[in-house]
Amino acid sequence: MKIAVIGTGAVGSLFAANLSLLDDVEVWAFDLNELHVAAINRSGLRLSGAGDVVGRPRATSDAAELPPCDFGIVATKAMHTEPAIAATAHAFADGCVATVQNGLGNEETIVRHVERVIRGTTFPAGKLLEPGHVQWDVKGDTTLGPYDKGTPLAEVERLADACTRAGMPAHAVEDARGPQWRKVIFNASTNPIGALTGLTHGRVCERPDLRALVTGLVDEGKAVAAAQGIELDADPEELIDHAARKDVAYDHKASMLQDVEARRQTEVDYLNGGIVRFGREGGVPTPLNAAIQALVKGVEASWMQS
Amino acid sequence: MTRVVVAGAGSIGSLLAAHLARVADVTVLTRREEHAAALREQGLRVSGRGDFTARLEATTDPAALPADAELAILACKGTDLDPLAARLEGTLPGATVMTIQNGLGAEEVVAAHGEWPLLSAVTFMSGTRHGDAHVEYVLDTATWIGPYRGTTEADARRVAELIEAGGLKAQAFPDLRPAQWSKLIFNATVNGVAALTGLPHDFHFAQTEEPSDLGHLVRDLVDEGKAVAAAAGVELHDDPWEMNVLATQRGHRHFPSMLEDVEARRPTELESINGALVREAERNGVPVPLQTALYRLVKAREASYSE
Repeated sequence: MKIAVIGTGAVGSLFAANLSLLDDVEVWAFDLNELHVAAINRSGLRLSGAGDVVGRPRATSDAAELPPCDFGIVATKAMHTEPAIAATAHAFADGCVATVQNGLGNEETIVRHVERVIRGTTFPAGKLLEPGHVQWDVKGDTTLGPYDKGTPLAEVERLADACTRAGMPAHAVEDARGPQWRKVIFNASTNPIGALTGLTHGRVCERPDLRALVTGLVDEGKAVAAAQGIELDADPEELIDHAARKDVAYDHKASMLQDVEARRQTEVDYLNGGIVRFGREGGVPTPLNAAIQALVKGVEASWMQS
Repeated sequence: MTRVVVAGAGSIGSLLAAHLARVADVTVLTRREEHAAALREQGLRVSGRGDFTARLEATTDPAALPADAELAILACKGTDLDPLAARLEGTLPGATVMTIQNGLGAEEVVAAHGEWPLLSAVTFMSGTRHGDAHVEYVLDTATWIGPYRGTTEADARRVAELIEAGGLKAQAFPDLRPAQWSKLIFNATVNGVAALTGLPHDFHFAQTEEPSDLGHLVRDLVDEGKAVAAAAGVELHDDPWEMNVLATQRGHRHFPSMLEDVEARRPTELESINGALVREAERNGVPVPLQTALYRLVKAREASYSE
């Protein structure tokens, strides 16, 4: 079986390195970062931290080099989905493409280029330390499900099985929207609050007035999910409070706060913006998510000024 | 000549003191002795829209203020008003006291510290301080004045005329609340959004092409403020949305004080502006979810200074 990972930042690298350890899988890593690609081809793709692995995927920045694949795993930042899948779609003419990205709307973008799409939500995380080397911060599960009737569940199961055998536990389910929306609501309700205030997750949650604002955002997200008949697989409120514990993620700076501090474009359009868009389509008002999206977009616009 | 005290010499206090010194005997009350000394020795230079150096008295000691002053303008930041008014207790027996802070509630703060007749003012002019003895006059928009306690529109008019004679713009109103609330809603919206986004008050604040453009949020915040004003029985003097659009069309990037405060990690005037509006909303039973979110976010931003 051939699998191409599209976008090998931290999460993509976790999939590419681990899957490349399987004897029956040939793994390709597609990334525009040529230093990263050269390092992978020279010395392998190294993971350290939660697991120590040196994988040997074949890496390239040239989409034309990709062979026909059984599966694609798209792991770019959400704003890069369109160019990434447009460049690589030829490799998946007879395959299925899974997204393990953050936010809402990635499946809709991918399905414009390939027929069979798999909705995915993944929890492992890490960061790129240097070309060819990724720090694996936390292990976690991945849930995969067919995006629509065009994707056979048996194919989803085949990909989930490969991931699980490679040490990246994955479940195939009929409807993967529950975990996806649970993660989106969690991220959309907490990440931008950290980004706008500069506070860590724990400090956001211990301010009762700010925690109430988080609940306002969660409630809008839940209402939009409910209007589409999506059943969340867990209550985002409980996960938010759990993460705020001192022994869990009290001191964690949300990725969006890290993006803002480094003046990198954020994924707010795919988190709060996604909730607003699905809300508009379903007739569910989302004024707080719209306000938060506009404020974070304003932060991004302020970088153009100086 | 009329004797006037200007307490607090930030950019607004400096602009008022320098211009009034051309038509009145002005004494400035400062917090720092070097500041008072610089004013006494060098005078107060005005550049920008003005070009002159005013001669005036300056002191840090409230007891040294002239007992026969007829007018005292408290021009400090809202966060410094209560301690300033406390220092003035028992002084200025013949003076009418005028507040000019942003937001709401300045008059009540001062009223608690003395029996002075009170005038309210809001100002739309702006300046930039370039040191203790030099202020640049930037925006030459007006200062609006109205009666508050023990004063009439005629008293407000006399002060407006004095300020105009000094070379600034001023206008008297029978009731200042319509203007004060227009500015309150404008400031709560524009200053809060600027503080959180880092954007100066520029074209983004009126942009409404894309659904996620900032102008929609600004308009929604203004609409919440208008609903509060209506419930409080205040008929606004100006539409804060139009004030916003006009200001963004001046082609001049204004950095609201709340943005400058947040960037310098100083306490902001959040409580007397956004806090005042949220409390008025609660008192009048008007839901303001967006203004409440803005208020909480800026408050949390201040709490993050210690991170």
